Amino acid sequence: MFGLEKKDARLLLLVAVLVAFAPFLLNPFPEGSAMAQFNAGYPDLMQRFVIFGIFAIGFNILFGLTGYLSFGHAAFLGVGSYAAVWMFKLLSMNVLPAIILAVAMSGLFALLIGYISLRRSGIYFSILTLAFAQMMFALAYSVLTPITGGETGLQLALDDPRILGTSQTAGGNIPVPGLFGLEMRDSAELVLGSWVFTFNVGYYFAAIVMLVSFYLSIRIFRSPFGMMLRAIKSNQQRLNYTGLNPKPYTLAAFVISGMYAGLAGALMASMDPLAGAERMFWTASGEVVLMTILGGVGTLIGPVLGAGAIKYMENIISKINSDILHGWFAFLPDGLEDFVVAIIYPFIGKGWHLTLGLIFMGVVIFLPGGLVEGGQRIAALFGRKKASDDDSGKSAKTEPAE
Amino acid sequence: MDAIILQILNGLDKGSAYALIALGLTLIFGTLGVVNFAHGALFMIGAFCAVTLSRLFSLSHEVLVPGETDFLGNPKTKDVPYIYDWFGESTGAAIIDWSVPLAILFAIPVMIAVGVIMERGLIKHFYKRPHADQILVTFGLAIVLQEIIKYYYGANPIPTPAPQAFAGSFDFGAMLGFDPNTIIYPYWRLVYFAFAALIIGAVFAFLQFTTFGMVVRAGMADRETVGLLGINIDKRFTIMFGLAAAVAGLAGVMYTPINSPNYHMGMDFLVLSFVVVVVGGMGSLPGAVLAGFVLGILESFASMREVIDIIPGINQVIIYLVAIIILLTRPRGLMGRKGVMED
Amino acid sequence: MSKTNLTRRGVLKTGAVAGAGLAVPTYLSAASHSGFTNAPGDSSVTLGFNVPQTGPYADEGADELRAYELAVEHLNGGGDGGMMSTFSSKVLDGTGILGRKVEYVTGDTQTKSDAARASAKSMIEKDGAIMITGGSSSGVAVAVQALCQEAGVIFMAGLTHSNDTTGKDKRANGFRHFFNSYMSGAALAPVLANAYGTDRKAYHLTADYNWGYTTEEAVKSSTEAMGWETVAAVKTPLTQTDFSSYIAPVLQSGADTLVLNHYGGNMVNSLTNAVQFGLRDKQVNGKDFQIVVPLYSRLMAKGAGANVKGIFGSTNWHWSLQDEGSKAFVKSFGTKYGFPPSQAAHTCYVQTLLYADAVQRAGSFAPCAVAEALEGYEFDGLGNGKTLYRADDHQCFKDVLVVKGKENPTSEFDLLEIVEVTPVDQVTYAPDHPQFQGGALGTCNNGA
Repeated sequence: MFGLEKKDARLLLLVAVLVAFAPFLLNPFPEGSAMAQFNAGYPDLMQRFVIFGIFAIGFNILFGLTGYLSFGHAAFLGVGSYAAVWMFKLLSMNVLPAIILAVAMSGLFALLIGYISLRRSGIYFSILTLAFAQMMFALAYSVLTPITGGETGLQLALDDPRILGTSQTAGGNIPVPGLFGLEMRDSAELVLGSWVFTFNVGYYFAAIVMLVSFYLSIRIFRSPFGMMLRAIKSNQQRLNYTGLNPKPYTLAAFVISGMYAGLAGALMASMDPLAGAERMFWTASGEVVLMTILGGVGTLIGPVLGAGAIKYMENIISKINSDILHGWFAFLPDGLEDFVVAIIYPFIGKGWHLTLGLIFMGVVIFLPGGLVEGGQRIAALFGRKKASDDDSGKSAKTEPAE
Repeated sequence: MDAIILQILNGLDKGSAYALIALGLTLIFGTLGVVNFAHGALFMIGAFCAVTLSRLFSLSHEVLVPGETDFLGNPKTKDVPYIYDWFGESTGAAIIDWSVPLAILFAIPVMIAVGVIMERGLIKHFYKRPHADQILVTFGLAIVLQEIIKYYYGANPIPTPAPQAFAGSFDFGAMLGFDPNTIIYPYWRLVYFAFAALIIGAVFAFLQFTTFGMVVRAGMADRETVGLLGINIDKRFTIMFGLAAAVAGLAGVMYTPINSPNYHMGMDFLVLSFVVVVVGGMGSLPGAVLAGFVLGILESFASMREVIDIIPGINQVIIYLVAIIILLTRPRGLMGRKGVMED
Repeated sequence: MSKTNLTRRGVLKTGAVAGAGLAVPTYLSAASHSGFTNAPGDSSVTLGFNVPQTGPYADEGADELRAYELAVEHLNGGGDGGMMSTFSSKVLDGTGILGRKVEYVTGDTQTKSDAARASAKSMIEKDGAIMITGGSSSGVAVAVQALCQEAGVIFMAGLTHSNDTTGKDKRANGFRHFFNSYMSGAALAPVLANAYGTDRKAYHLTADYNWGYTTEEAVKSSTEAMGWETVAAVKTPLTQTDFSSYIAPVLQSGADTLVLNHYGGNMVNSLTNAVQFGLRDKQVNGKDFQIVVPLYSRLMAKGAGANVKGIFGSTNWHWSLQDEGSKAFVKSFGTKYGFPPSQAAHTCYVQTLLYADAVQRAGSFAPCAVAEALEGYEFDGLGNGKTLYRADDHQCFKDVLVVKGKENPTSEFDLLEIVEVTPVDQVTYAPDHPQFQGGALGTCNNGA
């Protein structure tokens, strides 16, 4: 199917099904129940899942295949966001031109930064990319404020000179991004008993983009080009001896992954038209590194899982407060309730970072291949009969992490 | 002229802080080859050793103040440190005043213990794992350590002043024949500079002139051969880790009067210390120290009003700009060894 | 069952359609709704408290959250009622808002605009929050305010001091009770001229981002109007921790006053460094060298320790105020938590009460109705004296406190003393004042 091998096609299909039914899968608990706190099926978080998934897929093309660890990848995400918001301000609220410009701009930046940084390898390369990203963050936050909006971020205003489109809606508000009249924030809801499922235009748009990106990434992984990148990772010297110059290949990988980041940035701006400089801070670059490693470096699906896990923690665990805890354990006798709440409390709400840190450590200690390996182990437990056929989790894995 | 002398002083002071932090990192990262994202956390724990000690000294019991009330109208109480009861008020106050320097003695065993536990319990299993795994596990550890500190000490900075004896500043200008008050420098920063020089010197001497140091250096160069000689290099690496933790911790202790410590101060320094180590060159101790001073001095110059007026924003990017230029002109940083972390 | 005008989750919590929905799936399209976003059900209403819980401002956020919890308790009739009893409006009666029990959800802004918007969005989309409030930086406030405008809910800003929040980035759905840079400058300048004379030479160190710019501009123009001269203004990076290289040249410049346009960690560090350099012991131009911190907060003063002694600054509110409202608030906060509230806590508590009161007076939760009730509303008894919510820019106008670091603090909370309460007339400006130009409120948005 689509020029893919059977197992890859199956993986793509699986991802497509999961993404299509995400509004159901992520909302397993009925509204108003105590467990509804864990529901993640609301538009904003679902959008974030797929957008950061794209970011991580792109990052993995560089890091997973070539082994070059860029520690400044968030810079391209930021460039993409800024480009997209400027497009909204100046041209039109249609997301397509914004996405096109964002991808082009981030590709351009990636070409420039990649060309310079790839003159070095290993840690020296990482620090070069980090330095470029930090410079971009610092300038965007301060002296470039007229272009970037600085601390408050680049926002739409009521007097934007939008060439194709209106500055204001009839109601006197700022128009919202859309695709030929289909507003990104539009949602439809399905009420089934006490369950509510939300189907959001923006989510499905981002999800389709993500599936296309995922498909492209599979093609890259399986192509001769991908083969070449893997050769660079395993032994660059040997490649040199065969008379091949690896640099154009790594640079191409760098630019492609930079464009993925720009695409993610543009989608973020399309869902929520604001671009802030913090998107380029080193912690944001570090986050995509962590997402990729957490999910499984060099695997196809791993980075998406990693992105989902981190965003889930950030948005769900951080919202649990002591009130909710007391609500959950209200059935316990008073003393016991307070005791249980006191034990769990440091890990939720303002302590969500602690849980995140523990999960990082736990995964890397017990699942050296990341979350994908966890999936494989579970699959191995339950699906022995499929073992001969190479289950989907395994097919995702192209190569161990190193 | 006086402005330039002043910024050189500033640069040396900043540089000594950078060099000291980078020194600990390069022992672990540059030589043991472990990408240690928890290094900033070690620095932070060192700083909180000073906070903890000053809190321990100030442990108090409440005494009623007759005739006064607090903001809710309840009878007012005053905290009297136990240490006043034991040593008398003036000695007690002096001990509290000197808690930062005294914390050095407290921090050394604590930090060595932290380092050794970290290495034995966690890092040891990651020497042969890919760098990616090292990043994830040490980053996770850094977050956990940070959150533990935040849980007990809060997120706000905690003022930890230097002893009164070091308050105020020294007038270099008067000494060098300039107008008074043109070149002044705080006593505590001079102390920090001297302290950094001492620690750096001691670490170099230790690695250069002792048998232990010789074996470790040999182990860095060729771990396998040293192992084949029947020398237990693992144990020595553990000690190295403890040493690196102690250096980071001491840098933290002495830094507390300069900036009030808070739980995320380690993360603030983390990126910078990686930049310093890499600019200095992987696997080179002198390189890290040199890079620390170079970046410190250049940062100081870039923050001069006259410079910012010419190139706006230069103070924001100087460190990274210099790092890029150095790494592009010198492939392995200032003094890097060939083949360390290049792939 | 055919209630297509019903919105979102609040409805479901009431159980009104739960039974009917079981049988037939109901299709609700957000765009086809009449009414407004997240209209609450009959029994409860959900507010969203979006405060920094991680990062450098976590302690400030924690204090804000305490204030919100206290406000909710009071609105629902618990506790001693706090400032509800001193508030000039008497429509709040302890039965929630419009008879609905007040519930709340919390989130973490991380002091990043992206994270803050994500958190606010989840409150709106998932929890059905009808109003979002909180934050402890202007970047976050401006970002979330714009989001609330777009989504059609009310935003009651927490701690945000930049002129831009109600200046060039103002929004019809956003309201700010906290004071701003301009007011700080206008209130401080006369006090400074009084204390230090009118022929001072000032040296500004300014945090290199929007809030820093507006504060520098405000303080500069007000002090220059008093006769001061500005020798230099140097921008410092947000990520700077050691300010020595910025502070060392101050004395050489011939300046005799240092203005630190810094907040939070920046301010703690720059002030500590400046004192360490012994600036305050120096004499320049025959005058004692002085340091000024335009925006003070008690939590920051605590971080800077003894260094704040004798240093002037401004603040929105302080717990040592002796009016009835402040006393009532300090009492109920202190009784519940054991220490006095910060200014961040105060503004958040007041914003919650003001919102509840506006809904009650409007008789509706619809954002446009609430906004109308708040616009041009005059009230008293909430700790700042007579206050006006100006309709032109949704900024509160009230007295501003000029404070000074206390020489002999009697407790760890008693760090600032009030020097002067600058009357509101002195800090009022025209809506089209140059420091607030650009931007427009737009029209209020009821959302779907």
